Amino acid sequence: MTAATAPAPIVRGRDIAKQFRGAAGDVVHALDGVSFEIAAGSLTALVGPDGAGKTTLLRLTAGLLVANSGSLQVLDIDVAHDPQAVQSRIAYMPQRFGLYEDLTVQENLDLYADLRGVSKEERRTTYPGLMEMTALGPFTRRLAGELSGGMKQKLGLACTLVRSPELLVLDEPTVGVDPLSRRELWEILLHLVRDQHLTVMLSTSYLDEAQWCQHVLVMHEGRVLAQGAPNDISGVAAGRSYLAEPPAGQKARDLQARLLDDAAVVDAVPEGGLVRVVCAEPLEHAAAPIQSLEGVKTTLTPPRFEDGFMILLRRVATPRSAAPRMTMDEPAAAPAGERGAEAEVAVSDLVRKFGTFTAVDHVSFEVQRGEIFGLLGPNGAGKTTTFRMLCGLLSATAGTLRVTGVDVRAGGASARRRIGYVAQKFSLYAQLSVTENLDFFAGAYGLKGDRKRDRVAWALRQFELQPFATEQSGRLPGGFKQRLAMAAALLHEPETLFLDEPTSGADPQARRDFWRRITLLAAGGVTAIVTTHFMEEAEYCDRIAVMDAGHILAQGTPAEIRRRARPIPGHETTMEDAFIAIVETSRGVDPTERSPVTESP
Amino acid sequence: MLAALYRILALARKELLAVLKDRRSRFSLLLPPILQCLVFGYAATYDLTSVPYAVLDQSRDPASHDLLAAIDGSGVFHRVANLDRAADIATYINEQRVVLVIQIGQDFERQLASGKSAEIQVIADGRNSNTAGTATSYVGAVVGTFNASWRAAHGGSGPAISVTSRAWYNPNLETRWAFIPSLIVTLTLNQGLLLTAMSVVREREDGTFDQLLVAPFRPVEIMIGKTLPSMLVAIVQATNALLVAELWFRIPFAGSFVTLYVGIVVFLLATVGIGLFVSSVSATMQQAMIYSMVAIMPFSLLSGLTTPLSSMPRSLQYLTLINPLRYAIDLARRVYLEGAGFGVIVSDLWPMALIATVTLSAATWMFRRRVQ
Repeated sequence: MTAATAPAPIVRGRDIAKQFRGAAGDVVHALDGVSFEIAAGSLTALVGPDGAGKTTLLRLTAGLLVANSGSLQVLDIDVAHDPQAVQSRIAYMPQRFGLYEDLTVQENLDLYADLRGVSKEERRTTYPGLMEMTALGPFTRRLAGELSGGMKQKLGLACTLVRSPELLVLDEPTVGVDPLSRRELWEILLHLVRDQHLTVMLSTSYLDEAQWCQHVLVMHEGRVLAQGAPNDISGVAAGRSYLAEPPAGQKARDLQARLLDDAAVVDAVPEGGLVRVVCAEPLEHAAAPIQSLEGVKTTLTPPRFEDGFMILLRRVATPRSAAPRMTMDEPAAAPAGERGAEAEVAVSDLVRKFGTFTAVDHVSFEVQRGEIFGLLGPNGAGKTTTFRMLCGLLSATAGTLRVTGVDVRAGGASARRRIGYVAQKFSLYAQLSVTENLDFFAGAYGLKGDRKRDRVAWALRQFELQPFATEQSGRLPGGFKQRLAMAAALLHEPETLFLDEPTSGADPQARRDFWRRITLLAAGGVTAIVTTHFMEEAEYCDRIAVMDAGHILAQGTPAEIRRRARPIPGHETTMEDAFIAIVETSRGVDPTERSPVTESP
Repeated sequence: MLAALYRILALARKELLAVLKDRRSRFSLLLPPILQCLVFGYAATYDLTSVPYAVLDQSRDPASHDLLAAIDGSGVFHRVANLDRAADIATYINEQRVVLVIQIGQDFERQLASGKSAEIQVIADGRNSNTAGTATSYVGAVVGTFNASWRAAHGGSGPAISVTSRAWYNPNLETRWAFIPSLIVTLTLNQGLLLTAMSVVREREDGTFDQLLVAPFRPVEIMIGKTLPSMLVAIVQATNALLVAELWFRIPFAGSFVTLYVGIVVFLLATVGIGLFVSSVSATMQQAMIYSMVAIMPFSLLSGLTTPLSSMPRSLQYLTLINPLRYAIDLARRVYLEGAGFGVIVSDLWPMALIATVTLSAATWMFRRRVQ
């Protein structure tokens, strides 16, 4: 190597191509001419929508797949020829790391140490470090199955690191992990890179995580759209990011929806009561004024990574003409007058105990008709338990709850017909086709004849599922599974929709599509209650409640919650900062260690 | 009411789709029972060759000599001893030196000559019931041929020699004829129970059960929607076994199909009740599988399928009274082989109906409790 200043790359890929045979016998180009390098001691992130080829590239690097063409050198070894030699020197953590849920934290760690042939002496030196790093020390005797999502990921990371690797490969390590644990995981990763000079290569669908990396590969449909430092990617949007102020009386998300429909707008997301707009051209250079921005006050703002990412994606992807345009067949909900001014969902002093553990502790809130209400909180906060009680799946230990005027649990079939529920995990019948699933749920809700046919056709159309109508639903790409789940929950036109982490693991575009649909549903009178791990998504809600350890810590509009953030000099405070501030303040007040029990019994 | 029916049909249709859509699952449901039926059918009997036997010939005359020569010449039997005393029979059978002993009485020749039916006795080792049964029937076949030629040579009518057989240790000899009709119901037990147990637990594991519970199904509707398809599949399996029995093993069906199927349905009601109960107490498919197996073993062993009920210890015999398979097997055999009608099998039907009532009520109770 000539340049002494630049360390030799640890991974070198040239023109890598990988094809898979699809379910229908067609050829899928998972990777198509990918070239990249990873410098020793750097942190590299692969970002891109579902199907970009991130996982394939990681698996090739880990020697678990062999490329069809191109060359890939890992640690100066041709990984295709000697995957074993590579694997003994790197560590790979797949998306669903194989923890043994019936074994304790310590037993899992020992098992992986045994599998990797780590000697007893080595363990004595590495274990304390791993335990300190992951803060799992106090929980060594707890069953892995009883850990929260974030702790499971940390344990997975610890198991991956039992033998010090030269390269750490992580596939979406932060999916399904709450903001607090996500921050902790990143602190671990940054510590590994900074202090232990480990090289890390990971994939993520959280675009804000890119800011922590030295190098980013933006991928799309098997190709690298751009690579470089995060600032290089943000720079793509320089001069094109604006903050738009919605006219008086208009909701930010309505302005956002209007902007998204404009071809001259690349991206629009609500942000602190305003709308962040990314335009295809800087406004002053635009050939024609942007219609949707007429009469809207805009100010130029520094671009974020996500803005550049969306522009890059826009250049290659079909414009958002395919954006969902939700049309309701008829008013979804009964006229508000029917039930007077009563709240659509009313919860007061709700308590749920599992044995001695109180999962939900005197929770109260109200949601009005047509409102979008967000429940935010770390894993184990009691969000899912609250949801399950509201949907009648679980009885309350104490307190009252009303959904559309009745307690769903006591209300029976007619009450359940008025709600829709989308569970956290994909919970439709994987072996049935898309249409068969829809047919079943239509039948389950008593739709028949023409009505059933119309509603199923509506669902296929609205959620753009027609191309997959006969596809086995378990084989759908993640985003489409989520759409199908939502379609199934909306067939019977419920008045209230419960969505438990609907956007977990979804790519940025899918998340925008999702929120676009929710916004339109709310405009049509449907009440939506949503839990999410993406703090910026709280901006779409009319009101949010922050939960931790079974309590509601704060409740209000996104703007009100945002104000609770501790100001950081020179740094724009985000919803996530506010969330972390609220949760940490609350935990500080009550110093007893929160029991990290999973939410469901 | 109509709405509930509609929902149940939607659920039942989905269940059938889920089970039958997949080629592998279709095969696994339909092929193994047929294979089991064939394998067990053959396992139940043997093509016997060189069956060891002994003779106690107290007549010792040309006629008995001819008969024994015919038996020896059949190629099936191998004479290991000529006994002198009746007391030796017990020794030879106890020590399993022979499968059967043929006893020819002193006045054998005289009876034959007088044109009366001469009697020989076959004493078989009933512990190995299938071998004993087949061997005894082979003796019968040889005697039949002997009779025909005897009558041709000496004239007269009616069988020249009649065989009375006695099986020691197992007076009611089981043969393939008795075994295969009982397989029809035994195989439906396995599938009816397992399929029902799995169908609920699978949903619980996949998280789809919550989706069912938030839909306007009542617990009872879910139960019916879950059990109907299992019963349907089990009935198809019973039919397959029936076809194997009739078409492959050529066992003539003496009874009425209506009677048989009514019996099968009542039996299945009892079975799916147990299946639902198993699914209510299991958290995972693995547990459901193990519980089902644990249930199926004693049901099969205490049913009279392989071991006659009468040869079980008395306490176990009482235990068989709560085993639906016991009645189902009796019913299947009687309808299939004897052509028994409703009047006869009602003694099997009502205990099964009673068991079905108990298991279904318990399952409903458990199911509701789990759901609430």
